[in-house]
Amino acid sequence: MSELVQLNGLIGKAGEEEQAHEAAASAEPDSSITLATLRTRLSGKNGKAYWRSLEELAESEQFYEALHREFPENATEWNDPVGRRRFMRLMGASLALAGLTACTKQPPENFAPYAKQPEEMTLGRPLFFATAMPFAGSAIGLLAESHEGRPTKLEGNKDHPASLGATDMFAQASVLDLYDPDRSQTISNIEEIMTWADFLNAVVPAATQQRAPEIGGAGLRILSEVVTSPTLTYQIKSLLAELPNARWHQYEPASSDSAREGSRLAFGQYTNTVYRFDKADVIVALDADFLSCGAAGVRYAHDYAERRRLSEEKRDMNRLYVVESTVTITGSVADHRLPVKPSEVDSIARVLAAKVGAAGAGSATTPHDNWLTAVANDLRAKRGASIIIAGDTQPPAVHALAHTMNQALGNVGSTVLYTEPIEGDPVDCNASLKALVADLDAGRVDTLLILGGNPVFTAPADLAFRDKLLAKDDAGKDKVRLRIHLSQHRNETSEVCQWNINEAHYLESWSDARTFDGTAAIIQPLIAPLYNGKTAHEVVAAFSSQPDRKSFDIVRDYWMRRYGAGGAEPPIVANKPAAQTGATAAAQSTANVAAANAQSGVTSATPALASAPPPVVDAKKFEAEWRKWLHDGVVANTAAKSKTVAASTYLPPPPFSQSTDYEVVFLPDPTVYDGRFANNGWLQEMPKPLSKLTWDNAVYVSPKTAATLGIGKVEGAIARNNLGWHGGNIAADLIELTVNGRSLVMPAWIQPGHPDGALTVYYGYGRTRAGRVGNGTGFNAYVLRGSDAPSFATGVKVRTTGDTYELVATQLHHMVDASGISENELDLEPRDIVRSGTLDEWKKNPSLNRKEYDAKQPGHQGGKPSNEGEKPSLYPEYDYSQGYRWGMSIDMSSCVGCSACVVACTAENNIPVVGKEQVGRSREMHWLRVDSYYRGEEVNPEVYYQPVPCQQCEKAPCEVVCPVGATTHSAEGLNDMVYNRCVGTRYCSNNCPYKVRRFNFLLYQDFYTEPLKMVRNPEVSVRSRGVMEKCTYCVQRIQRAKIDSEREGRKVRDGEIQTACAQACPTQAIVFGDMNDPNSRVAKLKSQERNYELLAELNTKPRTTYLGAVKNLNPELERA
Amino acid sequence: MSQVFNRSTNEISKVSAVGALVLIGGLLWFMDAWSRSGYNTQAFVSREQPVQFSHKHHAGDDGIDCRYCHTSVEVSATAGIPPSKTCMNCHAQIWSNSPYLEIVRESFRTGQPIKWVRVHDLPDFVYFNHSIHVNKGVGCSTCHGRIDQMPLTMQVQSLQMQWCLDCHRAPEMNLRPKDQIFNMAWTPGPDQAQKGKDLAENVYHIQAQNDLTSFST
Repeated sequence: MSELVQLNGLIGKAGEEEQAHEAAASAEPDSSITLATLRTRLSGKNGKAYWRSLEELAESEQFYEALHREFPENATEWNDPVGRRRFMRLMGASLALAGLTACTKQPPENFAPYAKQPEEMTLGRPLFFATAMPFAGSAIGLLAESHEGRPTKLEGNKDHPASLGATDMFAQASVLDLYDPDRSQTISNIEEIMTWADFLNAVVPAATQQRAPEIGGAGLRILSEVVTSPTLTYQIKSLLAELPNARWHQYEPASSDSAREGSRLAFGQYTNTVYRFDKADVIVALDADFLSCGAAGVRYAHDYAERRRLSEEKRDMNRLYVVESTVTITGSVADHRLPVKPSEVDSIARVLAAKVGAAGAGSATTPHDNWLTAVANDLRAKRGASIIIAGDTQPPAVHALAHTMNQALGNVGSTVLYTEPIEGDPVDCNASLKALVADLDAGRVDTLLILGGNPVFTAPADLAFRDKLLAKDDAGKDKVRLRIHLSQHRNETSEVCQWNINEAHYLESWSDARTFDGTAAIIQPLIAPLYNGKTAHEVVAAFSSQPDRKSFDIVRDYWMRRYGAGGAEPPIVANKPAAQTGATAAAQSTANVAAANAQSGVTSATPALASAPPPVVDAKKFEAEWRKWLHDGVVANTAAKSKTVAASTYLPPPPFSQSTDYEVVFLPDPTVYDGRFANNGWLQEMPKPLSKLTWDNAVYVSPKTAATLGIGKVEGAIARNNLGWHGGNIAADLIELTVNGRSLVMPAWIQPGHPDGALTVYYGYGRTRAGRVGNGTGFNAYVLRGSDAPSFATGVKVRTTGDTYELVATQLHHMVDASGISENELDLEPRDIVRSGTLDEWKKNPSLNRKEYDAKQPGHQGGKPSNEGEKPSLYPEYDYSQGYRWGMSIDMSSCVGCSACVVACTAENNIPVVGKEQVGRSREMHWLRVDSYYRGEEVNPEVYYQPVPCQQCEKAPCEVVCPVGATTHSAEGLNDMVYNRCVGTRYCSNNCPYKVRRFNFLLYQDFYTEPLKMVRNPEVSVRSRGVMEKCTYCVQRIQRAKIDSEREGRKVRDGEIQTACAQACPTQAIVFGDMNDPNSRVAKLKSQERNYELLAELNTKPRTTYLGAVKNLNPELERA
Repeated sequence: MSQVFNRSTNEISKVSAVGALVLIGGLLWFMDAWSRSGYNTQAFVSREQPVQFSHKHHAGDDGIDCRYCHTSVEVSATAGIPPSKTCMNCHAQIWSNSPYLEIVRESFRTGQPIKWVRVHDLPDFVYFNHSIHVNKGVGCSTCHGRIDQMPLTMQVQSLQMQWCLDCHRAPEMNLRPKDQIFNMAWTPGPDQAQKGKDLAENVYHIQAQNDLTSFST
């Protein structure tokens, strides 16, 4: 009976929608909403506590229209420029042809077996190889899945300290870069295709000339990104030993410069810091986004979440305070967050340092004194179990203060570990690039070798790096005679270099890389270079006395030397005649190794050559070690040596003077990073955390500041984004920012929680030579960024231009309707989509009010919560008591919203990229979306992330409405998709309350671009136009594991099947398994009282359930 | 006004009404028969191959086990088409100068694959796994017929969904003991229903029928 009432309620709702649509078209929403009215709205209603956007908070008509629409507006219409007549003509022809094709037999196909099949390969079964992805001065260990020699998917390597089995979105998406059709495919000299031999012919004479003793490489400069590769470091250092006047510069736009310089400020020497978040009870982040998928982000997120997992046994969690000048995922999951202007963090750090008793804090004042007192009390209560971490946005002084605070709190040695630097040659990137530019100016550079990167695009604007590279001397000749760029793409830098060497992708290369704690991993290739690309090792070798060496030999030779040196860094051996080196320590050490080997009975000692004597090691033992390193994906015992340092009684420079000027924070883009992933469609289309913007960057500005500036739809004291006509697109105001005389016009995005008076600008967009995907997307924020203020700038002028620009965000797409079933008759509370509570509330009521909520639901019987009792249903009954009952649990307490799962799903399931225009129409194809909900006031809201895949309902509304049986129920409870049956009625999507089905409105798959065919997972059908698709719980993985287990006559073990999302998740928030096995992880999680179903009152009995979010609040502080 | 049609046309209309039904019925029957016919399914159509390879000779007369060439049949989705190297294991010694085998030798020399013509070709959206079938009591000959008697390989079953489901609904009719999987000559006895049921329940632990007929199975 109650279900019928529910149905009636829904029907009534549908009727009202019609009217709402009409109303939206004519009437403008109430414009008299002020901050005060919003606050009353928030405080009055319990269920309205969570909101998705300012539009929802303001109860805008447009929001409700977007919410209630089953499909985006104009979904069924033909929006292509193709006219109606032409469309009819084409359709008529294709109908006729389709009729004909139905009568043909399956065309004959061929087999092309191997001539000689590689060993260890079983056709049809993927192989996994350990490798590592070098990224921005760090690396993450990976296992690459290879199908018949073709890498298709990357997973984390459990043995690698930066991964522990998980990955970030960049690692997941990097496989697409390998097959990018726009990659640089040839070596060229001024647009003329050349060979490697041609290159050597050009370079070797130049190198020989530089090697002349009187020159000593004076004209040679190497510019690389931050290098952690031990082999490359060794190579370059050897080269520099040979050419003492040559210089090596490193530049990375989003580098950890301030962390490095901060350590030097505090300790007098470069020191690397490793944080143990798994041991920390209290964490204070000073503008540090340590959870974001950065250098050690995956590991830190894992450790952080480990201390937040609640169960019957584990009833305590860590507490995270974040002071930040922008919006980051770390700030959004904080227990207490303090949004401030970037220049204020410095004085906050000083005041906090004084409060925790750190020496040399100096004096400063801040309006947040009470907040900091509470934090300091908490920190002092957890001496030795707290962490204070400063972020790259902040100047070195703040980092130094963090070090002194950690020391004062006794954290050093327990939660904060100091090691030798992991970089081959730690430098201040900014200073390094400036020094290079000074040399360029002075005409001291004859040959410039740029290893990777894109410095012409990413260099600070005031250095005018491009002009300096192209400068002519008085005679009208190029100052830099020979410019060489090694790059995977012909990018902005390649354009100004004569020689372009196509770089091998890391999945095609032999190399090595160190990660955040110094552990090295050998990078081994999964595939022969698709375009004969070269590695940095080979290009550097071209300048040495052995110009034509393969990177395998170079890397192996280095590790053999290192093995010979007993694991220590091998001494640099300059490739000079032995007479010139004299009795160096190097020669001595080599002799020692030889002697040691001679003692142990090794007779394979080869006569030492004059240049680079080969190491004398037991070849057999080394081979075994080498194979083990390759197999494990880590080189054992290579973590950076720990180091005892004491922070000096350090006096920081005077604090920033407080000003009322606007300030701008520069951050690398959350998805395309510093621009290197601009041509990666998966990352371009990935909704950025919080804003859910895709395909563009924007200036983030707080609602209040926006109102002051007159940006967006201003209502009283706050402003919100101007929604476009179909909900997803935003008519953003273009504003002009002026920093130190440099101006840029960019669209403004109004972001709740952003600090007032500050603006965040993401750089990495605005590429002109990225490729077919990245060209013409977004705005180039590097033009604002100067070398004087690379992370944030003060004294910024902001001006509105009056123009608008279309931004596309998915925040209001595929929204679960939380607005209750019927307002009047049943007087229902609005639906609880997100459940959260504080730790104290959870301890008192572990269900986080679920039981009380459920008791109010229709059909509720005898006080039983909805997911315990059986309610009557009109849907077919299935018996799941036998066999497997797959289910998923998602812990909203652990989820940090990093979106690695979404890219992992895209890679695993061949999900197409649709482009900005289509995303604007709500047509993005991601099977898994991460919804974000805000709670509290717009000034500083709490944020809750909720990944929503298909809920795999046991009583699935989608299945019963499919007229062709294209979506059916499996015996294990999955809602299977039969793509080849789907005729595209979209009734299923229409009937899905969770909005998880995706329809191929157009032909989104690229069937014709050759390299892209190789990235596809052969286990998953590639869907064509007119077909509905959705999450299948990675059914291909379930079947693989089931078949393996059946063959071995056992049940599938818990954890044997991991869905792509669960496997990628750094915080293990997503757990998949068999609910019929009471000992499985998923069954245990689901038995927790805070487990709840989305829209449980609809009785769809979803298999995906959520664990309510718990925040650990400081009782001394108010809830934000 | 007089009638437009003469009374005699009644017969014509009756005949044409019946005729239309017959025609539609016939057309449906024809389409059904056509889709099941060997012409459409390619069953019993032997294919011309680049090398005149005879299963009859190798598997039948010489008695080479299926798994000598189709190595991954027990562990992988695909049984595996042997690399040219497998041919050369023997043909480096015997018939090493045969002109029929020049293509094989050339492939081995150059590393270029031999392009065999597929005989059993399921649609691309079908996820068929060999290993689970041979490990669960379905023998080679159940689906592939008497390969050992085929000079030129051909398909003997329709490979249509109906045929898959027939077995998935009643697997016991096609199950055989583990040691008979690769026996080409095995035929079900008169007590197959009972024997198969016993194998399904006690030896192979075959999943329940609704499991076997799920779309993801």
